[in-house]
Amino acid sequence: MRVFDPHIHMTSRTTDDYARMYAAGVRALTEPAFWLGQPRTSVGSFCDYFDGLLGWERFRAAQYGIRHHCTIALNPKEANDPRCVEVLDVLPRYLAKDGVVAVGEVGFDSMTDDEEKVFVRQLDLAGEHDLPVLVHTPHRDKAAGTRRTLELVAASGLPPERVLVDHLNETTVGMVADSGCWMGFSIYPDTKMDEHRMVRILADRGLDRMIVNSAADWGHSDPLKTIATGRAMLGHGFTDDDVDRVLWQNPVAFYGQSGRLLLDDEGAGIETGPSATFEGNSVLRGQRPSGQEE
Amino acid sequence: MSATLERVTPHLDGQARAALSTLVDEVTANPGAISTLFPAVGRRVARGPSDADDPDGLRTPRLEDEARTALLVAAAEAWHTEPHRLVDEVSQLYRYGDTDEKRAVLRALPELEAVPGITDAGLSAVADALRTNDLRLIAAAMGRYAAAHLDDPSWRQGVLKCLFVGVPLDAVADLDRRSDAELARMVADYGNERVAAGRSVPSDAWRILNHDPDAVAGRLPAPAAASTAPAQSEED
Repeated sequence: MRVFDPHIHMTSRTTDDYARMYAAGVRALTEPAFWLGQPRTSVGSFCDYFDGLLGWERFRAAQYGIRHHCTIALNPKEANDPRCVEVLDVLPRYLAKDGVVAVGEVGFDSMTDDEEKVFVRQLDLAGEHDLPVLVHTPHRDKAAGTRRTLELVAASGLPPERVLVDHLNETTVGMVADSGCWMGFSIYPDTKMDEHRMVRILADRGLDRMIVNSAADWGHSDPLKTIATGRAMLGHGFTDDDVDRVLWQNPVAFYGQSGRLLLDDEGAGIETGPSATFEGNSVLRGQRPSGQEE
Repeated sequence: MSATLERVTPHLDGQARAALSTLVDEVTANPGAISTLFPAVGRRVARGPSDADDPDGLRTPRLEDEARTALLVAAAEAWHTEPHRLVDEVSQLYRYGDTDEKRAVLRALPELEAVPGITDAGLSAVADALRTNDLRLIAAAMGRYAAAHLDDPSWRQGVLKCLFVGVPLDAVADLDRRSDAELARMVADYGNERVAAGRSVPSDAWRILNHDPDAVAGRLPAPAAASTAPAQSEED
């Protein structure tokens, strides 16, 4: 089983997670920019975070045989803080970089006017930078938030096939399916969606435009939930090819629209040898992780 | 492309030149566009070493360094009546750059010498690069710009850092011209610490020690005792 986890916050995870993910079959991932639990209070904090997603985190993943991509945006939660809104001015510099495969996570948290303004502006940025969009749907009032999200996407003029609407469940999947956008599902240990419900949705609706992620972060979450979903699919009678389609081909097709995936060694420009360092730092402490191909 | 742009891109092939030419035209028409074109050079123009024996571009600019230098030269020409805008953009490109982009800014600085007011921005980038432990940035920082502008104490510390982290001294521009007795003393003391710790002295150190033998006399065991070991880079 080869896996592209299309939504995982590795900044909040350990190198042990990278090793376990590699051993289980994860070979590539996308880390969306989001909030960090502790609110940021200045644009500088965002810039350092974006720099980390593009620099240190990509390097750290490569040391464990995993290709790291990211999406860049002002997240919905912090879009409400006037101290953070100026981050919109620096986004174009980051959206131009290699390995940035979408604008995201954008969308709604509490459905405020400020959130909507920032969301719409960032849909425009996606058009200007020729990037797909990763949309977060709210935890509260999800159905109404998803409906409004789809109205704004339609009004933006972006082709729906360049938009992934994430964190869906049984109550929101239908309207996204009808919109032509990609459908994302975050498989969590307790909340949102579990792998068995996911399999039922796949059995009902087919595999077209379906994306499954672990969305693992600093909360109670599991970076191997993509794998668990693959196993549940096989248990239900889906084929290896079906699993590959959902866990690899679909995310590659969606993010591949950016033209900036780093899946081949030639284009990646990342050192992965045992002596590789990032700003002089190595995560390996002189040892190659077991299971890494050479 | 102008003669200057041809000169700063000696290793680009025809296809890369054609792609670069498009970006140069965009920058010439709208120099502010460099803020998003500069990061895109690797995928739009070329990427890779210009010398296969130097994959990280420690001694020689990589292909994307050459193309990015060309964009900065084009922006400098387009902004020649408002040089402060170029100076500000150079600072921003360095601040927001990833390692590849930062290295390219450092490599381009000698081509921007004529821009009024560039020196502070240039030296600030060089100082930032020398604070890192990233071989690629340290090597690029010790190029021609540092040789021409860095004060003696900072330049000597830069050379010593190259020895310490494993940047080949071939990366240091004007090494023989700027080497002096004080640098030889520092390198001799560094060598002495290495020998005391039972470690080898990088062979590059002798390029400096042999330059000022009087400054070294009595400070370091005889060269024959340590000079045959291969160079090793520091891990810590």
